[in-house]
Amino acid sequence: MSKVLGDKKALALFTIPALLLFTILVFIPIIWSLVYTFFTGTPGVNFTFAGAANYLKIFQDAQLWTTFKNNIIYVVTVGGGQIVLGFIIAMVINFGVREHRNLVRTLLFIPVVLPGVASAQLWLKMYAITPQYGLLNSIFDMLGIDNLVKAWTGDPSTAMAALIIMDIWKALGMYILIFYSGIIDLPEDAVEAARIDGANVFQIITRIQMPMLKPIFRMALVMCITACFKVYDSPVALTNGGPGIVTTMPSMYMYSNAFNYSQFGYASVIAILILIECAIFTVAVNKLLAQKD
Amino acid sequence: MTQPKQKVYYGAIIGRAVCLLILAFLLIISIYPVIWLLISSFKTQTEFTLNSVFSLPGSFSAGIENYVDAWTTGNMGTAFINSVVCTAGSMVLIILTALPISFAIAKMQWKLSNKIAAYITFGLLIPAQVALIPLFSIYNNIGLTNSRIGLILLYTAQSLPLSVMLFTGFFTAIPNEMMEAAVIDGCTIYQMLVKVIFPLMMNSIMTVLTLQFMSSWNDLIYSQTFISLAEKRTLQTALIMFNGSHGEVNWGPLFAAMSITIIPTLVIYMFLSKFMIRGMTSGAVKG
Repeated sequence: MSKVLGDKKALALFTIPALLLFTILVFIPIIWSLVYTFFTGTPGVNFTFAGAANYLKIFQDAQLWTTFKNNIIYVVTVGGGQIVLGFIIAMVINFGVREHRNLVRTLLFIPVVLPGVASAQLWLKMYAITPQYGLLNSIFDMLGIDNLVKAWTGDPSTAMAALIIMDIWKALGMYILIFYSGIIDLPEDAVEAARIDGANVFQIITRIQMPMLKPIFRMALVMCITACFKVYDSPVALTNGGPGIVTTMPSMYMYSNAFNYSQFGYASVIAILILIECAIFTVAVNKLLAQKD
Repeated sequence: MTQPKQKVYYGAIIGRAVCLLILAFLLIISIYPVIWLLISSFKTQTEFTLNSVFSLPGSFSAGIENYVDAWTTGNMGTAFINSVVCTAGSMVLIILTALPISFAIAKMQWKLSNKIAAYITFGLLIPAQVALIPLFSIYNNIGLTNSRIGLILLYTAQSLPLSVMLFTGFFTAIPNEMMEAAVIDGCTIYQMLVKVIFPLMMNSIMTVLTLQFMSSWNDLIYSQTFISLAEKRTLQTALIMFNGSHGEVNWGPLFAAMSITIIPTLVIYMFLSKFMIRGMTSGAVKG
């Protein structure tokens, strides 16, 4: 047995392809991007050492901080929306649906599997006002709510809201399912005991079920934060960062710095900032939800 | 004694009715936009400009023209084939690379297995964009830009951390006795893998395959960065360009182009929803 499982030739054959692929296309580039932060120019053409210049530049770049501000607004609202609505709807399914539960779950999950670009294009047409009203403006028009009939994605005051609503719609099904599978795994007897003791539905949810679901909340939060921080596809396809830079995210700002303006070193600094932002929030969520134990 | 009991009973009925109403509303919001998209893709330009958005298309054959238009003059056909090649290629490659190394990590006897597992799963913590700029120089230097093989390699490498984590979990659950029996029967390690282990892993292989399908099929950022030639573009990039390059928007072909990118996903989801859901939510299950 151990002779078979210790076979060096088989071991090499099994591990080397994956290790090569991962090292060359994931690991080395990550390390390399740290090196890039100290250079200016285009790699291979006029790449010169710049010391900390790229890092100092971030303090003078107001646009950069606007994109991070956009991102934090986005993360808090989209993340909050997905978690809160996901939990409430999972509860609603658990309480209200007796039959066809699988069908309901399967249907609610459809937006999650759609390509981000296609669903953003779809929402763009739903938000449309010209040449004719899109789906949303038509509904508002029909209901007589005329002040809601507007160019949702073109108006600086509503573009971010349009993006947020779309992305909550897009991923909500996933969080419903995550909470739902957590809820049905909860032991029945704790809820039963509370009910016998006279607790009402609200008390059962907040005092019994929510504390027991804390690990699920934590996982869902971490998952949704990491997804929101690196968001790229949906704002690119819905608004392309506009109007102005109202919906520009750090990932998009990094992309345009690198590939439109050839500021590869500075763009690498932005990449590292995204990484740091992501790490800070993940650690904060873990700390916050661990303390309440 | 009967009074409070009845109250609870009515309360539950009303509560359930409210729940069902909320759910019905939610189901409409989740699905109707997709149905609206598919219906609209069959409308003619006049139907778009003159009729209400809720109207149905007049004739099916006129709608087919939207698809023909999007497929040929809109270049969605070429993009579709490129996407199929890249997606299928990465699906084959992820099984060929992730499955063996996960087996080695979970079951084989060597000193570095834990360290290698930690090394690969480290990739889960890093947003993909961080690696993008150095990757661009690497790809430029070795001539992998504008190449479908270049995209296949990238899609596979990016999915390795999650796939290896999933496979390693599944392998660990397989009892060692099964492998011992195979060895006693005279199997080599390769025969054991193909004849004994693979058949047990079909569910997890399907999960990893559907995940890989979605990440490759839905990719925008890599195809946008590494492909500049129109004839090498994949679907999502072609769809963004489709909207941008037409001066006056041709609504019918645009809706048809969107449908072309989502129909394969919907068809696969119809048959494999169990695996897709399991794969997408596995990120949360494993932390």
